[in-house]
Amino acid sequence: MKHLLSTQDLSRANAIRILDTAEEMSAVGDREVKKLPALRGRTVVNLFFEDSTRTRISFEAAAKRLSADVINFAAKGSSVSKGESLKDTAQTLSAMGADAVVIRHWASGAPHRLAATDWIDAGVINAGDGTHEHPTQALLDAFTMRRHWAKLAGTESEGANLKGMRVAIAGDVLHSRVARSNVWLLRTLGAEVTLVAPPTLLPVGVEKWPCAVSYNLDDTLAQGVDAMMMLRVQGERMNASYFPSTREYSRRWGFDDNRLRTLDRLGMKDTIIMHPGPMNRGLEISAAAADSPRSTVLAQVRNGVSVRMAALYLLLSGDTREPATTPVLATAGTTPSTKEAN
Amino acid sequence: MAPSTGTYLIRGAAVLGGEPADLLIRDGIIAERGAGLSDDGATVIDAAGLVALPGMVDVHTHLREPGREDAETVETGTRAAALGGYTAVHAMANSTPVADTAGVVEQVYSLGKAAGWVDVRPVGAVTVGLAGEQLAELGAMADSRARVRMFSDDGICVHDPVLMRRALEYVKAFDGVVAQHAQEPRLTAGAQMNEGEVSAVLGLAGWPAVAEESIIARDVLLAQHVGSRLHVCHVSTAGSVEIIRWAKQRGINVTAEVTPHHLLLTDELVRSYDPVYKVNPPLRTDADVQALRAGLADGTIDVVGTDHAPHPSEHKECEWAQAAMGMTGLETALSVVQHTMIETGLMTWADFARVTSAAPAAIGRLADQGRPLEAGEPANIVLVDPAARWTVDPFRMATMGRNSPFKGRELPGKVVATFYLGHPTVLDGELNTPHPSAAQPAGAA
Repeated sequence: MKHLLSTQDLSRANAIRILDTAEEMSAVGDREVKKLPALRGRTVVNLFFEDSTRTRISFEAAAKRLSADVINFAAKGSSVSKGESLKDTAQTLSAMGADAVVIRHWASGAPHRLAATDWIDAGVINAGDGTHEHPTQALLDAFTMRRHWAKLAGTESEGANLKGMRVAIAGDVLHSRVARSNVWLLRTLGAEVTLVAPPTLLPVGVEKWPCAVSYNLDDTLAQGVDAMMMLRVQGERMNASYFPSTREYSRRWGFDDNRLRTLDRLGMKDTIIMHPGPMNRGLEISAAAADSPRSTVLAQVRNGVSVRMAALYLLLSGDTREPATTPVLATAGTTPSTKEAN
Repeated sequence: MAPSTGTYLIRGAAVLGGEPADLLIRDGIIAERGAGLSDDGATVIDAAGLVALPGMVDVHTHLREPGREDAETVETGTRAAALGGYTAVHAMANSTPVADTAGVVEQVYSLGKAAGWVDVRPVGAVTVGLAGEQLAELGAMADSRARVRMFSDDGICVHDPVLMRRALEYVKAFDGVVAQHAQEPRLTAGAQMNEGEVSAVLGLAGWPAVAEESIIARDVLLAQHVGSRLHVCHVSTAGSVEIIRWAKQRGINVTAEVTPHHLLLTDELVRSYDPVYKVNPPLRTDADVQALRAGLADGTIDVVGTDHAPHPSEHKECEWAQAAMGMTGLETALSVVQHTMIETGLMTWADFARVTSAAPAAIGRLADQGRPLEAGEPANIVLVDPAARWTVDPFRMATMGRNSPFKGRELPGKVVATFYLGHPTVLDGELNTPHPSAAQPAGAA
C-alpha cells in the first residue's frame, strides 16, 4: 500500500487486511507499555490545512505508539494569495525527509494531488479532504461494526466481513466525506447501506451509488437497522435553505428520544448508535441516544487510534502483499502474538 | 493599401477537401484559381495531399494583454493563432483593465496590428468593469478604430435581465451582437465541475446544466422580444442545444458556439483532480458531447470557438478548488475538430470551413475574413495536412500557457501554412514572419 487516499479504490482483501492489522494494534493499547518500535526512525508529518484536533491527535497517538517521529504542520494560510502553495509545502516536507504525510485539507482531491504529482514521494494518508473522503474514519467505523457483528455471531473479528449487516447513515450526506467513505467501504465489506437525508442534502447522482436512499428515518428504522450512524449537521445549512429550521430538521431526521424508544419497541436490542463526532446534541442526536449503552461514540474514538496505527504501519512497512494473515508485528523487533496479547 | 506581400503559387491543394486546384496569391488577394497556373515569378508551394481552407476565425480568444502578460501577450497569443491556422481572433474583454472603453479596445487593436500575425478584433465589455451593473460605452467602442461589433462580459454572465435586454437593444444601433456567457450565478456559487454522477463521488460542488440552459432560454426570448442579435458563447449541454434548435426554428436571431474541448472531453477526466481539466463551463457528460457534435453538424451550433484561456503554471499546479478555470486551444482546435467531426463522418472540410471561418466572420462582421477561396477574394488561407498525426506537447507550443487538456494525446491534422492577407505567417508548419504591415507605423495599415 503506497497511499491511502479513498475507500472507493480499496479492495476487500486490503480493507480486511487493514482491519485485521488494527486488531493486532489494538492489543498494544491494552498493554502497560503502549508502544512498539516498528516505525523507529521514520518521520510522519501531520499536515493540516483545516482545524481538526480530534483527527490530528488520533494520528499523532498512532504514530507515537509505533515510535515514529511526528511533526505537526498546521498550514493556516490555505489560499494561494495568503500563503504558501500546496506544492511548495509538499516540497519543503520532502526536503525535510518526511516518510509519510497525513493530510487534512478543505479542498476535495488535495491528497490525490500530493500522491499524483512529483512534489513529494512520501506515502500519503487522506485524513479528510473537503467533501470527498475520510477513509480512516470509515475504516474505524467498519472496525467498530465488525467487532459488534462478530460478537453477535459469536466469532472472531479477524478475517470477518460485514455480510448482511444493515447500516443506516443519516444526515448531511451532500457535504459529508464520512458518508462517502462509508458507503464504498461498507459495501465492499458486504453490508447493506441506506442513506437517510432530506432530498436537499443528497448529491445529484446519488441514485447511482451502491446503497438505498430514504427520506424517512422512521420508515428506515421500521425496516430494521443493525447500526445507526448519525452525521453531523451544521446549523448554517439552514441559511442556505437546505432545510427550514434546525427544529424541523431534528424532528424529521434527528435521532431523538422517541426514535431511541422505537428501537426498544421494535425489539432491536442489539442495534448500535454511531457518530463520527463532534456531535450536535439536540440537533442530529439527542443526549439520551448519545449517552445510551447503544452508543459506540467513544469506542469509535478508541478504535481510531488502532486503525490509524495499522494504516501507518502498512504504508511505511513497504509491504504490498495481500494476505491478511501476515504476522505484521514480527518485523517490529518484538514478537507479541496477537492471541497472547488478547 | 497593404504593403507588398509577394507572389505565391499554391500548387494542387484540395480546396475545401474537393478537387485539387492551384491558387495564385498576389498583393494580398487570390489573383487566380485554376489548374496548371503559371508559376512565373511566384514562390511555389507544393500542396499535393493538402487541404486548402479559408483562414480560421476565432470568436473567443483570451489574449490576456493588457494586465496578465505573465499568462499571454498579444504577440504570443497571435503566434499561437497563426500556427493553429487562424487569420483572425476576437480578443475577449476580461483583461486588466477591462476592455470597456474605446481606449482599451484601441490599445488591443494596435497591439494586434503591431504583432502582425492575425487580425485581432477586440471584444468590448457589455458592462463597466464586467460588474454587471451599468452599460459600458458600447457606442464609443463601436466607433473607435477597433470597430467593435461583438460585446461580451465573458467569464461572467450578464445575469440581470433588464441589463441584458438593454444591451441587446442598444447594440442594434451599430449592428452589434451581445455574446453571452450563460451561467446563472446563484445556481453556480462555488461551482467546481459538472453536477452529476462524477461530482457526487468526488465531493466537488456542482455546476448544473440548468444554470446554463435557463439563461439561454431567457436570452433567446429576450432577443426575440426586442428583435436583436444574440450569440451564445461555449454551449456545453445537450439541453442548451435543444433550446437553441427551438429558438432557430422560431426564427430568433441567435448564433451559438462550441469549444473543441467540449466536443471531445468529459467530466470523467476530473476523477484525476488534475486542474488542467478545470474549465468554465465545465466538461460535461458523454451524452452532452454527442449532442454538441450533432448540433454542430446540423447547424444548430454555428461556430467553433476556442475559448483559448492560457494560465501561468502556478494557477494550475495546486488544489482543484484553488485552480484557475480555462484551457489553451488555439494550436489544437483544428486537430480536435478534425478528430471529432470529420473523422467521425459528421462533417466535411467544407462544413469545417463554415464553422471555423465563414460563420464566425459573419458573427463578428469581419468583411475580409471567412471568404470563399476564389479569384478576387482576400488571401486568407490555411493549408492542412489531414493525414499527419502528432502528439500534443504543451511545451512545444507558441502560447505561453502550458494548460492543454490534450497533452499527450495523438491527434490528426497539421497546419502546414497559413496565409494572412497574402503573407505566409506559417510555412512548413513553422512560424514564418508577421505580415509586412506590422512593420508600418501604427495606423498606416
